[in-house]
Amino acid sequence: MTQGDVRVDSELCKGCELCVAACPKDCLALSSGFNARGYRYVALAKDGCTGCAACAVVCPDTALTVFRAVRKPRAA
Amino acid sequence: MERTAAPEGMEAVFERPTSLVATPTHYCPGCGHGVIHRALARAIDGLGIQSTTVGVAPVGCSVFMYEYLDVDWQQAAHGRASAVAAGVKRVLPDRMVFSYQGDGDLAAIGTSETIHVANRGENILMIFVNNAIYGMTGGQMAPTTPLGMKTTTTPYGREPATMGYPLRITDLVAALPGACYVTRQAVHTVAAVRRLEKAIEQSFRLQAQGRGTCFVEIVSACPSGWKLTPQEANARVEAQMLKEYPLGDLKVPTP
Amino acid sequence: MTASTASEVRLMKGNEALAEAALRAGMKAYFGYPITPQSEVLEYLTLHAREHAGTVVLQAESEIAAVHMVFGAAGAGARVMISSSSPGISLMQEGFSYMACSQLPALVVNVQRGGPGLGTIQPAQGDYHQAVRGGGHGDYRLIVLAPSSVQELVDHVFLGFQLAERYRTPAMILADGALGQMMEKVTLPPAGSLPHAVPGWATTGKPKERARNVIHSVFIEPERMERQNLLLQEKYRKIREAEPRCEQLGMEDAEIALVAFGLSARICQKAMDLGREQGIRVGLLRPITLFPFPTLAVARAAASAQAFLTVELNAGQMVEDVRLAVNGRRPVEFVGRMGGMVPSPDDVLARIEEMAARLRSRSRAGT
Repeated sequence: MTQGDVRVDSELCKGCELCVAACPKDCLALSSGFNARGYRYVALAKDGCTGCAACAVVCPDTALTVFRAVRKPRAA
Repeated sequence: MERTAAPEGMEAVFERPTSLVATPTHYCPGCGHGVIHRALARAIDGLGIQSTTVGVAPVGCSVFMYEYLDVDWQQAAHGRASAVAAGVKRVLPDRMVFSYQGDGDLAAIGTSETIHVANRGENILMIFVNNAIYGMTGGQMAPTTPLGMKTTTTPYGREPATMGYPLRITDLVAALPGACYVTRQAVHTVAAVRRLEKAIEQSFRLQAQGRGTCFVEIVSACPSGWKLTPQEANARVEAQMLKEYPLGDLKVPTP
Repeated sequence: MTASTASEVRLMKGNEALAEAALRAGMKAYFGYPITPQSEVLEYLTLHAREHAGTVVLQAESEIAAVHMVFGAAGAGARVMISSSSPGISLMQEGFSYMACSQLPALVVNVQRGGPGLGTIQPAQGDYHQAVRGGGHGDYRLIVLAPSSVQELVDHVFLGFQLAERYRTPAMILADGALGQMMEKVTLPPAGSLPHAVPGWATTGKPKERARNVIHSVFIEPERMERQNLLLQEKYRKIREAEPRCEQLGMEDAEIALVAFGLSARICQKAMDLGREQGIRVGLLRPITLFPFPTLAVARAAASAQAFLTVELNAGQMVEDVRLAVNGRRPVEFVGRMGGMVPSPDDVLARIEEMAARLRSRSRAGT
């Protein structure tokens, strides 16, 4: 299982690509899709996300929510 | 827009702060305002002061900030946000009050209010977004525009003979005894954003202690005004803006 | 040291009476800047505010700063006042426009001096148009009260706060330097007689249970801006309907109706007495609210009075509103001095005599 995941709110993203530049693993890229405002939005383009959240920290539009694998398994 | 559900076995480590309204912003792609708003929201949520905070919005690109941050707001006339905030704080001394202004609002038309609010040590947080340009009106020179920089009113580059020098307003404010904490931050890197959040948190803590005026300048990019891509604009923040306006604390509160 | 809070009678200078009235009216905050002839307001409040616990008084760095502090305090739900004189009031106009559109109540006092420009420190009434037409940009009005005695100045502080808060709009007392400086006997109302509650729309910090309050005047979409304007216009319509005030002396049988406000009304009252002594039937219609102008009272007077004489300390400003109300039915004449010069009752009487003579000869000629 991957360590991290990023969900993109495609309607909020403006395709500024600051997250693309910030990602230390080069996981993010502009997708081919357009949102209702005419912006191309980003998406995870390859594996390797560590859930470091660098992308979300620099995103001007709070379009990114970052998840990370839970360290310990939940108690049953 | 509902909160995204976590994938199985995962937990959210970064999500929208509660006080940041889930709505698209009118800002240009790559604009620093969105990052700064979120830093403010995270600080407000972290300190649990959403219900006791009052913000004062300026005239400029962030005039509609009251749409984005879920606290009580007043929208002030151009340049006057710090005076408005002082009026609020004087009658509601136990609320957290901040003003939010760009470089025209704070360092051109509002210079008198800026200096005197800090000189009186009004117990508010003054946020100063410095992107060296007038964004909302189409990219004219700001008092903080560096020499040589081209804007619509300095098409040949700012030259001191006709347009004077970049105004280091933050340095002037730091010299005033009423200002207890004066710092210059940025939002062009992950580390810078995290430091900004801490600076805002610190400012609200000092306000709760009644220590005087806190002044947080944030050097920011304006991709549209600078006619650069967001990434190029952030690179210019590092390469040019921070040479003119170095990061760091200009004044820290005495213990 | 606690202030006397009971009703009392004192001999007071206008500016000081106004300040004392504000404290007794439960004013929470005052922001001002020194300017002659009203600096005593700021000085008195600075001295005595501590006798009314929690009252904020601040000398700001400019009238511009002061009016925006008023904006902030009013938006935060406080009962707030500001005072200045003509040039300072000019600086505040943008603030008034913002406050009117943002629907913020506040009391403004203009202790007028001669102008335009830096002018003189002597009394004048040259800011009438500025006051009653709003003064700043856009379609708005201020409620404008015109006291003509120190007692009325005191009463208008209470009335001004009431009207401003009733209609959520700035109200102005249009006084002048003479009123501000003269000393007269006043009965001061008791403190606490004008209670105040923080309104639900104020920016006091939003608890979870309510949506955020936003005090603003920007409505970028023209449809929304028009709706806001219609809201304001409806407000002014209500004010015009319910709030005009005037005083009428000797108007029941007047052939010549004097129309004057404030200081010039005092002069006209004496001129009226002198005219009556000569057998001329002179009356005085004294507008107390300049906005809303007592149009109906003036129009009704035009049914019986033969002619109107408006007396002002300006080039002729209120006379235009008198003419509008009279609507061509009767001649409307004007006597005025400018630049701080004040006409005497004899100056006004001279015109009354002329007008009376013309009326006599007209009636003799059967016209």
